[in-house]
Amino acid sequence: MTLAVFFGCTFIAFGPAFGLFIFTIARDPLRIIILIAGAFFWLVSLLLSSLIWFIAVKASDPQDERLQKGLLIFGVMFSVLLQEAFRFLYYKLLRKAIEGLVALSEDGCSPISIQQMAYVAGVGFGLMSGAFSMINLLADALGPGTVGIHGDSQLYFLTSAFMTMVLIFLHTFWGILFFHGCEHRRWWEITAVVIMHLTVSGLVYGAEQAPSQDPEALQDVPIPSHPSPPLPSWRQDRASPSLQYLFSWTGGPWPALVGQALGSICGSQPTSVAETGSLQRPFGSLHKTPQFWGTQLCWPCCELSPS
Amino acid sequence: MTELSAHLPQFQHGQLTENFPDTHLSNTNDNSERRRHDNSERRRNDNAESETNGQPQSNVQQVVEQDEEEDEELTLKYGAKHVIMLFVPVTLCMVVVVATIKSVSFYTRKDGQLIYTPFTEDTETVGQRALNSILNAAIMISVIIVMTILLVVLYKYRCYKVIHGWLIISSLLLLFFFSFIYLGEVFKTYNVAMDYITVALMIWNFGVVGMICIHWKGPLRLQQAYLIMISALMALVFIKYLPEWTAWLILAVISVYDLIAVLCPKGPLRMLVETAQERNETLFPALIYSSTMIWLVNMAEEDPEAQRKSKNSTSDKQAPASRTQNEDAEADDGGFSQEWQQQRDNRIGPIESTPESRAAVQALPSNSQTSEDPEERGVKLGLGDFIFYSVLVGKASATASGDWNTTLACFVAILIGLCLTLLLLAIFKKALPALPISITFGLVFYFATDNLVQPFMDQLAFHQFYI
Repeated sequence: MTLAVFFGCTFIAFGPAFGLFIFTIARDPLRIIILIAGAFFWLVSLLLSSLIWFIAVKASDPQDERLQKGLLIFGVMFSVLLQEAFRFLYYKLLRKAIEGLVALSEDGCSPISIQQMAYVAGVGFGLMSGAFSMINLLADALGPGTVGIHGDSQLYFLTSAFMTMVLIFLHTFWGILFFHGCEHRRWWEITAVVIMHLTVSGLVYGAEQAPSQDPEALQDVPIPSHPSPPLPSWRQDRASPSLQYLFSWTGGPWPALVGQALGSICGSQPTSVAETGSLQRPFGSLHKTPQFWGTQLCWPCCELSPS
Repeated sequence: MTELSAHLPQFQHGQLTENFPDTHLSNTNDNSERRRHDNSERRRNDNAESETNGQPQSNVQQVVEQDEEEDEELTLKYGAKHVIMLFVPVTLCMVVVVATIKSVSFYTRKDGQLIYTPFTEDTETVGQRALNSILNAAIMISVIIVMTILLVVLYKYRCYKVIHGWLIISSLLLLFFFSFIYLGEVFKTYNVAMDYITVALMIWNFGVVGMICIHWKGPLRLQQAYLIMISALMALVFIKYLPEWTAWLILAVISVYDLIAVLCPKGPLRMLVETAQERNETLFPALIYSSTMIWLVNMAEEDPEAQRKSKNSTSDKQAPASRTQNEDAEADDGGFSQEWQQQRDNRIGPIESTPESRAAVQALPSNSQTSEDPEERGVKLGLGDFIFYSVLVGKASATASGDWNTTLACFVAILIGLCLTLLLLAIFKKALPALPISITFGLVFYFATDNLVQPFMDQLAFHQFYI
């Protein structure tokens, strides 16, 4: 891990966003303020949604795994809806701000247009969302360790970094679309944004159902059981939960989805892949679980050259 | 560490009270000065800004609610750029503190407590711990109140030499002793072999240049950098020596005290500001971060208007008191109070520090180009604000289970609080404390993120959900 992974994942996750920031936002103080305020609005929405989730969790039985999972799904959906609600509130605030800016300006036009504000607000939401998803992961990536040493995905950091980058871009685009929809009273745009957001956040849930669809492929896979193995000594003073999921066997949403698609298309291919002995070695126990996109990418190759 | 404790009380007395009144003062004095100055200068500033910048700069939020009067409109334009001028140093100070906390373990190690917080927090029961922390906070706040009142009394009775000596001693201690300790700990952390001669040379140079920059004159950026560094050092000392619950309680009580001291008619800081205004003096130099000096020192050629404007105000001061302008004081007083700046111009200059301190602190270039052109007034923020913002973020990064998420949340909260405070300043045009809104937001977000958001984010990351 250490520096190479840290820098690689940082630049994958935040490189494009920082490029956008430096070249389009950093020069104008007004845009920086809008960015920070956008980040603040996202933060407040997250706070409220995690409050609701926390209350729900505390009021429920902690032993019931399915219930906890269901509550988490509910928390995610509620958080998405709250984020979009706060995006709307932010739109209202920025509209008022534009009126004020116009009133204060000398030539009657605002120094910044609503479209630019929409873009900056989207970047603000995205950066904060990405930072909250990724920062702890990056901090852990700096320390020693091996990703996927217990049979989990070795690409956890990488998939997280890519997913974060995607999320930042999506928030930016959603911001632009949302504000445009609000501006022109096109409610279908707004609902489209909300539905897209729900879809993207909900993909993981769908992806996590994927393993159960190929039971044969998973028969002889030693699935690491929860809870995660004991943390290495350098982590024990500060048990970061991030390492728990580092060792978890759930992959990202996309690999699972691809695996699902490929599995449904290719029928029994996973089983045949599992039976090809020589392919097992390079991937260890990974090749049998369809979540890991490294294996899925290799499925066609496996079929073509089964030796 | 005991030696440190022995020195700290004295130091902190000086530094704390200086900083606290400074915090308030910078807001109040700045504000009052700004009030005065803003009336004339702000308009000029706004005009100038709109001319020079090509676009009106105004605060984003609630701009519509401003009056349509020309004054109001112009004052509102004094917004976005100055907010950023404060964002950058506050961010830098926090970054320095968080980086140090994360890498140098010395500042998170428990090595005793200050004599201002005599009650320990290692008690058996939670109730006892709460009681101890309340007592600690009460003692600390009382000390601060006493020192502030002492400062006001000294200022009222014109004991300028005492105040000036107090300031000099505090700066000396901070620039030499604390930075020596800091350097030593950094070397220990990175296992760098160093000899005493080199260290002595480095600390000597650092300290002397710091004293000159802060109390006399120097390049604006260098002075700003030194002010940020000493704020960070002070914040690190607080983070190290204040036990947890005490620290949070002190932060909360300090914001309330700030609010009371600055806004109540009989508040010590308000009285200090008013006395300074009556005497047409600037408040204590070297305790306020300023951003306008740059015009005077660095960009004289580039921005003659600013230069002239500053020099105007300074020369005004010089005339009556034959004091050289403190670029620092001038620039420092920019900050929130645009009014203050305007008033200052009207009245012959900011009234803050004692005449001697001003004379000793800075000798402005004598070329006083009288200029009535509106200048881009800089922003000023008291060093106490820097210190307490950094204490909050540093404590968040040191002790939070959420770690970086909590740190980031507190950082954004403090910046938004600062933005709102500047907006309120633009609206109300009077002395405002900079601590309450930011610290409130920071505390709320710290506890909320640490207890509510962090478990949620953990679960999300565990299942690789992205929201």
